[in-house]
Amino acid sequence: MRKSSTFSREVIIKPKSGWQIINWKELKEYKDLIYFLVLRDVTSLYKQTVLGFSWAILRPVIKMIIFSIVFGGLAKIPSDGIPYPLFVYAGLVPWEYFSTSITRSTGSLITGSGIFTKVYFPRLILPIVPCIAILVDFAIALSIVFILMLYYGYALSITILYLPILIVLMILFTAGLGTWLSALAIQYRDVTHGVQFLVQILMYAAPVIYPISWLPESYRLYLAMYPMYGVIEGFRAALLGQNAMPWDIIGIGAISAFIIFMSGAYYFKRKERIFADVA
Amino acid sequence: MNDIIIKVENLSKRYRIGVQDVIHDSLIASLFSWIKSPISNFRRVQKLSKFDNEDANDIIWALRDTSFEIKNGEILGIIGRNGAGKSTLLKILSRIVEPTSGQAMVYGRVASLLEIGTGFHRELSGRENIYLNGTILGMTKKEINDNFDNIVEFSEVGKFIDTPVKRYSSGMYVRLAFAVAAHLDPEVLIVDEVLAVGDAAFQKKCLGKMSETAKAGRTVIFVSHNMHTIQDLCSRTILLEDGKIAMDGPTSDVIKHYLQPGMLQTGESDLVNNYRARKSPGTLRAKSIRILDSNQDICSTFEINDELNIELEISNVNSNGFAVSFLIYNQQGALIYHIRSQDGNINTKNLGSTATIGMTIPRLNIIQGRYSIDVWVGNHLDLLEDHIESTISFEVVNRGHSKVPLRSIIHEKGKWQIINT
Repeated sequence: MRKSSTFSREVIIKPKSGWQIINWKELKEYKDLIYFLVLRDVTSLYKQTVLGFSWAILRPVIKMIIFSIVFGGLAKIPSDGIPYPLFVYAGLVPWEYFSTSITRSTGSLITGSGIFTKVYFPRLILPIVPCIAILVDFAIALSIVFILMLYYGYALSITILYLPILIVLMILFTAGLGTWLSALAIQYRDVTHGVQFLVQILMYAAPVIYPISWLPESYRLYLAMYPMYGVIEGFRAALLGQNAMPWDIIGIGAISAFIIFMSGAYYFKRKERIFADVA
Repeated sequence: MNDIIIKVENLSKRYRIGVQDVIHDSLIASLFSWIKSPISNFRRVQKLSKFDNEDANDIIWALRDTSFEIKNGEILGIIGRNGAGKSTLLKILSRIVEPTSGQAMVYGRVASLLEIGTGFHRELSGRENIYLNGTILGMTKKEINDNFDNIVEFSEVGKFIDTPVKRYSSGMYVRLAFAVAAHLDPEVLIVDEVLAVGDAAFQKKCLGKMSETAKAGRTVIFVSHNMHTIQDLCSRTILLEDGKIAMDGPTSDVIKHYLQPGMLQTGESDLVNNYRARKSPGTLRAKSIRILDSNQDICSTFEINDELNIELEISNVNSNGFAVSFLIYNQQGALIYHIRSQDGNINTKNLGSTATIGMTIPRLNIIQGRYSIDVWVGNHLDLLEDHIESTISFEVVNRGHSKVPLRSIIHEKGKWQIINT
């Protein structure tokens, strides 16, 4: 038999104390597990559906149609001169990623309790996995933007190169909030019920259906502390190239996303030891 | 190179068990408590992880001040009754739960098998589940690639490997799950009672694989209720009682201490010696017990539908007579037969000072497994004179019949006929 030396190490099992928030080295050792958990999420989501991955396109497209009729058509919400369907779709792409990931991430420890009460692995993997898996849906939905842009006669601008920055920010915030909520939800199941309202509130707080110019200037910097505010506006600016990149609100959002991520990881680590006891 | 691979020092773990809700007897009181309930619920949920009051009555110590060491390459058995702390110990060593106090040092890669098929996803194919389950158990993708063909071969699922596992029969599911687990190659393997699944032939194959792993120099910690498996696999065994180590030593010694003497006794058993679990308030004494087959020969193994005879010798018999009960338990501790001499229409009056009473079960009708017999002796008023647990045991086998093991507790062949062709 072969001896695998990569995992050989000394482990001391005792009541935890210590300050290292994320054990990157250990996460790296479990990269294959992360890969297969992501693969499971991606492949199992559309198993036994007729439309398969088309749902990743249909969901934002159907929402785009509904929102265009209700908010663009009936409520006459302005859209900075951009055709409303294109305007709302560009916002929906990051928004759908955020809302789906957050819901899945919040419940990740509860649905994964059958695994982590039987086997050890870094528990932080569980809330992070949905944030990676939903990126596939995100990428599919994103590709439709370009078709819409073509249809409405928008050319690609150089600002599209800023997109990766916004995507990293979006993932960082989603993973951070997901980590917080999952650690809370495993002990206080109320969080799973409450998160749908949180997501709804956060949608109206983000400029998904309206442009930031629609709100009074004085709100801007407060709302900027909510990272999706800058991300969604940034997405529109980067994709459509019509407005300038709102770097001020993106910057504030980045700081707050970082704080949420680090505090989430810290809270998770503090609570990690009792997950198997309360699950 | 350090010879000790696991070192456990004063390990303790406490749990909070739920305390029953207060039941209110008036509408006002229940209304009031309903209004207050979010607050009290919050406290209750919070208390799951907070222990302010050390001696509160809803705290139990699943494990208390446990210390031991395991040498590299040792196969350690852990036995004990349900709730003795076996699973808690395994969960701490597997790093699933954190100890309340004390520590354990593990020098090596640990894989734990507390159940098989952890993380199996119903919608995914056998192939996808092998990779998923394998990485969950701690294998790398490369290790699974290298072992993939062996795993598929071991599991016997063959061409169904690309079928979603929800379409598998439960037997196939279990075989696939075990096949993955069997190909783990850690330095320390922690195994809970996972072999009690699958059919007999597959169980045997799994046990073979386990002892192969053990012989290859791996350290194995093995929990089981099956003393035969423990005896076969483990050189050393720890007996846990109420969260503490009651005994630690060579397997045969520990098992002898743990089991009532009769559990290891077959055929004929002398009951004069002291039995741990014996209550003898009266003067009547069970002296010896024998199990016989239909030819009146002493026997320890029976077929499912065989005749079984029990003979019990009783001393200090007086002229008033006596009554006897035999209680036959299966390995899981379920009482299968309670057979009473009072139902037997015999006269026990005016016999000599020692008497032997015989009882025949014409057809056992119980499935394969090991059974033990408790003996109860009472006087003519049915008051207890002598009671011994687990005086003797016998084995039931299923030889000539179908290979598929029976799953019921009792067995009925049934009277079959073809009504129509």
